[in-house]
Amino acid sequence: MAFPSRDVAIVATSQTPSYRHFDGPEPVMIMRCVNDLLSKTGLERKDLEFTIAGSCDYLSGLPFAFVQNIDGVGAWPPVYESHVEMDGAWALFEAWLRLQLGDIDVALVIGSGKSSPGRPREVFPLQTDPYVMAPLGLDPVSLAGIQARCLIDAGKATERDFASVVSRSRRDAMGNPNAQVAVDRSVDDLLGEPYYCEPLRRHDLPPISDGAAALVLAAGDRARALSSRPVWVTGMDHRIESHHPGLRDLTTSPSTALAAAEAGAGDGPVDVAELSVTYSPEEVVLREALGLSDAVTVNPSGGPLAGHPVMATGLVRVIEVANRIMAGSARRGVAHASSGPALQQNLVCVLQGGE
Amino acid sequence: MARRSAVIGIGQTDYRKQLELTLDGLVRWAALEAVADAGLTMADIDAVVVGKAPDALEGVMMPELSLCDALGAVGKPIHRVHTAGSVGASTAITGATLVESGRYERVLVVCYEKQSEGNATWALSGGRSGGQGAGGTFAPWIREYIRRSKAPEHIGWMVAVKDRLNALKNPHAHLHLPDITIDKVKESPMLWDPLHFLESCPSSDGAAAVVIASEDVARRAPHPPAWIIAHAKRTEFGSFPGRDTVRIQAGLDCAEALYKKAGITNPLEQIDCAEIYVPFSWYEPMWLEGHLITPEGEGWKLTEAGDTELAGRFPVNMSGGVLSSNAIGASGLIRCLEAANQVRGTAGDYQVDGARVALGHAYGGAAQYFAMWLVSSEIAPTF
Repeated sequence: MAFPSRDVAIVATSQTPSYRHFDGPEPVMIMRCVNDLLSKTGLERKDLEFTIAGSCDYLSGLPFAFVQNIDGVGAWPPVYESHVEMDGAWALFEAWLRLQLGDIDVALVIGSGKSSPGRPREVFPLQTDPYVMAPLGLDPVSLAGIQARCLIDAGKATERDFASVVSRSRRDAMGNPNAQVAVDRSVDDLLGEPYYCEPLRRHDLPPISDGAAALVLAAGDRARALSSRPVWVTGMDHRIESHHPGLRDLTTSPSTALAAAEAGAGDGPVDVAELSVTYSPEEVVLREALGLSDAVTVNPSGGPLAGHPVMATGLVRVIEVANRIMAGSARRGVAHASSGPALQQNLVCVLQGGE
Repeated sequence: MARRSAVIGIGQTDYRKQLELTLDGLVRWAALEAVADAGLTMADIDAVVVGKAPDALEGVMMPELSLCDALGAVGKPIHRVHTAGSVGASTAITGATLVESGRYERVLVVCYEKQSEGNATWALSGGRSGGQGAGGTFAPWIREYIRRSKAPEHIGWMVAVKDRLNALKNPHAHLHLPDITIDKVKESPMLWDPLHFLESCPSSDGAAAVVIASEDVARRAPHPPAWIIAHAKRTEFGSFPGRDTVRIQAGLDCAEALYKKAGITNPLEQIDCAEIYVPFSWYEPMWLEGHLITPEGEGWKLTEAGDTELAGRFPVNMSGGVLSSNAIGASGLIRCLEAANQVRGTAGDYQVDGARVALGHAYGGAAQYFAMWLVSSEIAPTF
């Protein structure tokens, strides 16, 4: 059977700003996105035939934190919905497959997270310290530092390359009203900063953010009816690598390359790419894995270095690409989401405008 | 148009405390069994779906990241579902959806919980309430059911005994209580009135797995497939003024959608047996009514008449159910795979003779998440 059997498109998007601390509960951020989407599409809640959200209990430190999030969706009368304990980009993946079944046409996809209540550098080692071993406290910042060191040692990048990513991303973020960190600083200026986790400087890290993002996905003629400029999902795939960093070559991302090939990223020109570059060295790895030339615009929104609402970050990448295609400034683009330490798991989504 | 899917492999660990096993070892046990039962190896699997209840139950954040090696998922897609207590059935439904979409041919679905690692009652209370737990949430609603339905108090005790007697036939079950009696149940300590200790589920460790495959693959499988003829999910708010917490709208809607998809018009007659998520005894009659299997007020009469016993007219929880094994995140998948065992004819000593259509069910949160599937020995049964 040919896959995908149905054309599915993003017909509307919404996101909150990236907040250092959102002074309210997570469902409020979700509700703002959902209401925004209803207003943009003219749909009513009952028209959203399937809802799927991505969030993480551990960010807010509450088991079942996601249960409260349905307050932001609106679950009365009862709704058909599901939840992934993953970035909202994986919720999009499931929704895209769900719409292939043909019995429903419209889905709501959400990603949300509040990192501000906790200390991410202490929370995330709970991914890397399986409980059977003495906790090592191996945190994502240290792993990103190791990855950066591997890139330097392999001759694939320099500290100047990392600073260039930061300088460009945060300067581009000045045009993004949702960005949390937007500033024009030269590469030399950045290289004058002290090390934070050598060879990383503080600016090589993402900010700690709260935020939510959501979109409406629709199939076939329903998508054409809901939007004059639907953004078609032409391919999507995700892959994971070993959990043990020592078993991986951290200077490459075979999972990204495989996901990109499966999603058909290389089947046409890429006008724009939004990548989950949470630590600046990751852009070097991802550009190579995705086969992006220097001519491709990467992270015009500023990317996660300008705002990193964990569990929404990947979905925001999809939305940023979709928005550019809707606005006519790009025709075809690639969005990337990641999970786990040092780019362990990667998702690639290929979007295209027109017919 | 959706294509058909079927369960072609089943694996389960034992559900006793597994202090000698890591999480990796636990999930791999179930996964390898399921893959072997399907006549496959890990290399044949296209994608893996993992489900479990809150990460806080074991203290490992987003555990699919660390379990991917043990599950043979490196280089593959791995997807993680979390929908509270309903998660096992939700994960099964996600696995079916992945195949029905046309994207994958063979999906491995694995669910687990290792309650010995933590304090589930603390976590089930959102880490805040000081231990109200699930029983404390449900007891007032059970009392309301009793008031409305005028059910006699021994109904709960009967369910507690029936499910534990069924569990004696299931080697995987956590609780094996050969000497259980009605008297022992009612004399056991009262936990949350009207729920006695022996009317409550245990805290179990365990993993369950199924391989879900496309029609083409299923027809070539070495053992009979359990065709997934319908699945449905519904969710509602856990709390709002005027909420009916006994006859729950999301549960009614979910069942209606499920039966409609399968073409079922009389579930009591057309479904041969059911594995229903019953963590506290009274939920057997409550869900018989709440999922439209019996008319309102009649569910307890089915239980009282012995109709839900293994040899009864509508057997419920033939495997011993959640009352005998509750590895929370796995429990919904266990219901779904035990329904599949029945229609495959692989349920061993608790096989219902000639089972053609079986129901697998789970619920979660404040009885607000529902996930159900119907499996059959026939690819397109008519009723």
